[in-house]
Amino acid sequence: MTAPTAVEARNVVKAFGQGEVAVRALDDVSVGIRRGEFFTLLGPSGCGKTTLLRLIAGFEAPTSGTILLDGRDITADPPNRRPINTVFQSYALFPHLTVAENVGFGLRMQGKPRAEIGNVTARMLALVRLEALAGRRVAQLSGGQQQRVALARALAPQPRVLLLDEPLSALDLKLRKEMQIELKRLQHETGITFVFVTHDQEEALTMSDRIGVMSAGRILQIGPPREIYTRPANRFVASFIGETNFLPARHAGGRVTLEAGGELAVEGGPEGQVTVAVRPEQVRLVPPDEPGALRATIRNLVYFGTDTHCHLALADGTEVVARLQSSASDDPGLEPGQPAGLRFAPGAVQLLGD
Amino acid sequence: MGRSFDVTSLPGVTFVAGLAFLALYAPIVTLVAYSFNDANAISVWGGFSFRWYEAAWANREVQSATARSLVIASAASVIATSVATMAALGTTRRAAFRGQTFIYVAINQPLMVPEIVTAVALLIVFASVKVATGYAGLGYLILAHSAFCIPFAYLPIRARLEGMDLSLETAAADLYANPWQTFRHVTLPLLAPGIVAGAMLAFVISLDDVVITEFVKSAGQDTLPTYMLGQMRRAITPEVNAISTALLGLTVALLTVFFLLTRKRG
Repeated sequence: MTAPTAVEARNVVKAFGQGEVAVRALDDVSVGIRRGEFFTLLGPSGCGKTTLLRLIAGFEAPTSGTILLDGRDITADPPNRRPINTVFQSYALFPHLTVAENVGFGLRMQGKPRAEIGNVTARMLALVRLEALAGRRVAQLSGGQQQRVALARALAPQPRVLLLDEPLSALDLKLRKEMQIELKRLQHETGITFVFVTHDQEEALTMSDRIGVMSAGRILQIGPPREIYTRPANRFVASFIGETNFLPARHAGGRVTLEAGGELAVEGGPEGQVTVAVRPEQVRLVPPDEPGALRATIRNLVYFGTDTHCHLALADGTEVVARLQSSASDDPGLEPGQPAGLRFAPGAVQLLGD
Repeated sequence: MGRSFDVTSLPGVTFVAGLAFLALYAPIVTLVAYSFNDANAISVWGGFSFRWYEAAWANREVQSATARSLVIASAASVIATSVATMAALGTTRRAAFRGQTFIYVAINQPLMVPEIVTAVALLIVFASVKVATGYAGLGYLILAHSAFCIPFAYLPIRARLEGMDLSLETAAADLYANPWQTFRHVTLPLLAPGIVAGAMLAFVISLDDVVITEFVKSAGQDTLPTYMLGQMRRAITPEVNAISTALLGLTVALLTVFFLLTRKRG
């Protein structure tokens, strides 16, 4: 069963500039975000993901198309009339107010009674574990603490949707990992719909219920992390999320003939000129003379601790990377220059039409 | 990479710098020193005394000129700062528009047009207004001072606004603040140091003005600077030194506060 849609963009176009120099930051984008889900917009910088977020928040108006909240058209509403709050990349905390005043700001602007503001502020500060710092000025806080204040401030008015614009990008790695877990916990506890923007594919995979992959103002694929990773819709998605080996080939009637030589058996997929996509961890090394294996030569080996990346060259020089998990004690005994056989795990081969 | 350029490595820098400071401050030090002179002559030392301060303090003309100066400076700085704040908001908190540079130059007109030209122009305009209305009060001086104080108030306020993070106002709107609430609860409190700085700069500029005041004032409307100018034409007494020193003290105090306010930004 699918939850009802919380926020929806329908055929949204956003162009900056006019006439010949106009740039389409969003090019006919349609996406429905379900109530209570953790939805991530993932893409490289300049792909339009932040623009889409700003349109949902109301900071900018679309050139055409509509934004709906719980089925109601809110395209013309200014940001202060939308029950949607934002956690800004720069946090944008008010420097002249204390932590508690920052958190209570939204409720105060809504004209809520003083007692209620006090109660909610205290509850929000407890939720982000900052009770002890309520009276501090925000300038006295560390980056991680400011991040928590920004979260508490955006959650306090209990918005229908919380927008998060790369909120973890300014934190160091360790703090970022902590905040990822913290964000999931907050989303679970509040039940609020989260729309999260990031360019970090690992962040997107670990945190999201669903991911929308964006490039050049369009959404290329929407789906759960596992689907995005194992069944990328096209070459961009496959290369942007994780590492992928791309092998040009021809497909006819279930037989795929690689341009580098060798054949593979696949089920379904587009016919004709195709690209075979296979993840490095799905590539197996076998003895070079094993029947049906692709012939390759080891070029070099890069040791990563948990695994070793083995770079190989096929007969025509096409490079393939195999990720070999490190075993407890054995050195696999591979050397550059050695011949090797390659096999792809069953079901791991994806055919891309473009 | 070589070491970066350092002016102190040039010959004679210290000497030239010392000479420049001497030229700037020697006259002021002399003025201040002689304000405590007990003698009647302006350039003969006769021992330390506060007698010229006492004389100036007791002088009714000085009293009324001081009061008039303070009234005009206060009123002009309030008016100029209000106008300048609106102008600064109008030129920074909106989309870029055609003629922006022209507006910027127009607002700063008093910095560019020779003061004597403004003075003559105001004299002519106010003379006809006087004839038409019969009003001859301090209003003319306050209006004139307000006008030339606007750019001095405008510049620090605009600088402060430009240095302010626009995302703060976006965040306020995101948190249900309507445009007025955003201004009242976010923009204005953050802008306050700039406004105070602008007001004080305007106050000091007004307090010091001679040229425009001399042209615009009616009979019996001397401000402190025009009174002093009048005194110099007759007999120069160390009383003028004492008044100058007091004025200097007030200006330094205000500019110190101005400096502290503009330094501590963000």
